[in-house]
Amino acid sequence: MRRLGIALAALLLAFGLNGEARAEHLVVALSTHQVQINSSFVGTDLVLFGAIERDEKTVARSGGYDIVVRVTGPPQTEVTRRKSRVLGIWVNSESRVFLEAPGYLAMLSNRPVNEIAGPEVLRRYRIGLENVTLPQLISGDIGDVPLSDPFRMAFLRLNRELRLYREVPNAVTFFAPHLFRAAIRMPANVPVGTYIVDVILFSEGVMLGTSNSAIEIQKVGFEQFVASSAHEHGLLYGLATAGLALLTGWIASVVFRRD
Amino acid sequence: MEIYLPIADIPVNLFLLFFMGIAVGFISGMFGIGGGFLMTPLLIFIGISPAVAVASVASHISASSFSGVMAYWRRSAIDLALALMLLCGGIIGTAAGVWLFSFLRSIGQLDITIGLSYVTLLSIVGGMMIAESMRAILRARQGKPAELRRPGSHTWIHGLPFKIRFKQSKIYVSAIPVVVIGFLIGFIGAVMGIGGGFLLVPALIYLMRVPTGVVVGTSMFLTLVTMTGATVMHAATNHLVDAVLALTLMVGGVIGAQFGARAGQRIRGEQLRLLLGILVFMVGLRFAYDLILQPDELFSVRHLENGM
Repeated sequence: MRRLGIALAALLLAFGLNGEARAEHLVVALSTHQVQINSSFVGTDLVLFGAIERDEKTVARSGGYDIVVRVTGPPQTEVTRRKSRVLGIWVNSESRVFLEAPGYLAMLSNRPVNEIAGPEVLRRYRIGLENVTLPQLISGDIGDVPLSDPFRMAFLRLNRELRLYREVPNAVTFFAPHLFRAAIRMPANVPVGTYIVDVILFSEGVMLGTSNSAIEIQKVGFEQFVASSAHEHGLLYGLATAGLALLTGWIASVVFRRD
Repeated sequence: MEIYLPIADIPVNLFLLFFMGIAVGFISGMFGIGGGFLMTPLLIFIGISPAVAVASVASHISASSFSGVMAYWRRSAIDLALALMLLCGGIIGTAAGVWLFSFLRSIGQLDITIGLSYVTLLSIVGGMMIAESMRAILRARQGKPAELRRPGSHTWIHGLPFKIRFKQSKIYVSAIPVVVIGFLIGFIGAVMGIGGGFLLVPALIYLMRVPTGVVVGTSMFLTLVTMTGATVMHAATNHLVDAVLALTLMVGGVIGAQFGARAGQRIRGEQLRLLLGILVFMVGLRFAYDLILQPDELFSVRHLENGM
């Protein structure tokens, strides 16, 4: 909570000092820029505070403001496979490779995105899970496919079920006319890496400004040690695990020895 | 108590894993098998990816078979010469299995291969065990003496060249079938994440005519070496062995195995084989059910490692 207080104070300070801009300007602060995965990690909640900065010269917005927060996880190569029945059993047959697909994607807003702006605007700024670009590897070429592509739809659906992709139309709340807060939920299965946080400001369906920052998610301590040894020193790690197994077996046979 | 598994990349309940280790360990101690064919499906069921499950179970089996080998070693119920000969094939088989495992994973057919192998192997072996033990139980009911299986009753296997005398097992057989059996057990074990004890024991008794007294110890010795080898090879090539997962399972496993072994001594041999047969058969049916019924979700997403 103390960290949140500092973030908020820094934000209010920035809000108060800057007075030159004519158009709206976004000032954003995150509760933390580093998420650490340790052995007790079960997911985490981040809080984003933001302010819409304006001065006397800024035009009045009768329709009020809308905020979309987009959190994009590290790009990953994913393969989506479809099962079909071959000789009476269900086997993976067709597959598609998605290149640079976000490992995590959250679209947070203060009301449903289709009420915030028109479909073209949403597509241009890639707002809403439907409008994310998901380039696929198609017979050597790279390209996005129509929104109705079954593999693309399945990819989005499965990631939604894993809670890695989410669209929450009430995650952003205005607690004052120009001050807002967004709750960013990270499930336990989030990939490690750099996350980009884009805050996009709308009014009456028009994009007024953006702000971006980053979050780093990393394994620390024992988890980091195990994961990096497994990948960098595979053989040594295997020998150590095998040694551990033999030691466990030996201890058991000594402890439970009856003859 | 949730714990985050560093390689499987998901949090699981530590006590759940520990009790799974105890339960499977109990069964493995009772029947003198590794229990991999139960543990791997259980891990997949709680959400661990099949690849990580198979690779990590290898080290769990390695631990439980080592405590078994120590016990049989003290009773000198291990035929070292036979075990080493089986191992010659076993090591090559394990390496081939780990290679096939990586290949199938890269083309996306690993899960189906594991599933199909489980169905075929478990239903056939389970069915055979049920039939054999039922016959034995019926014979015992009718008061007839147990069927004689003399070591002298020769088959075509005994006509093969390169004969070797295995003193402790009191058999004189060709090295070829011994190496081939070792190869197959190592191969199947690495691909399916099982020790193969439930295959090796009948193979040695019925094909090689090895006396029952040394079969379990010898089989456990082979399981120990192939599974320890599989742990190292899986870790070196696929980087999928989760040490935290493996350690939790093996600690539970060795404890459960001690109690299982005591329970097993109170049940008659043929009844024990019938129980094991039913268990093996049921696990096979469960896999068949998944393959034949139309799944709710036809699509699956898998993360590709860099450079694959």
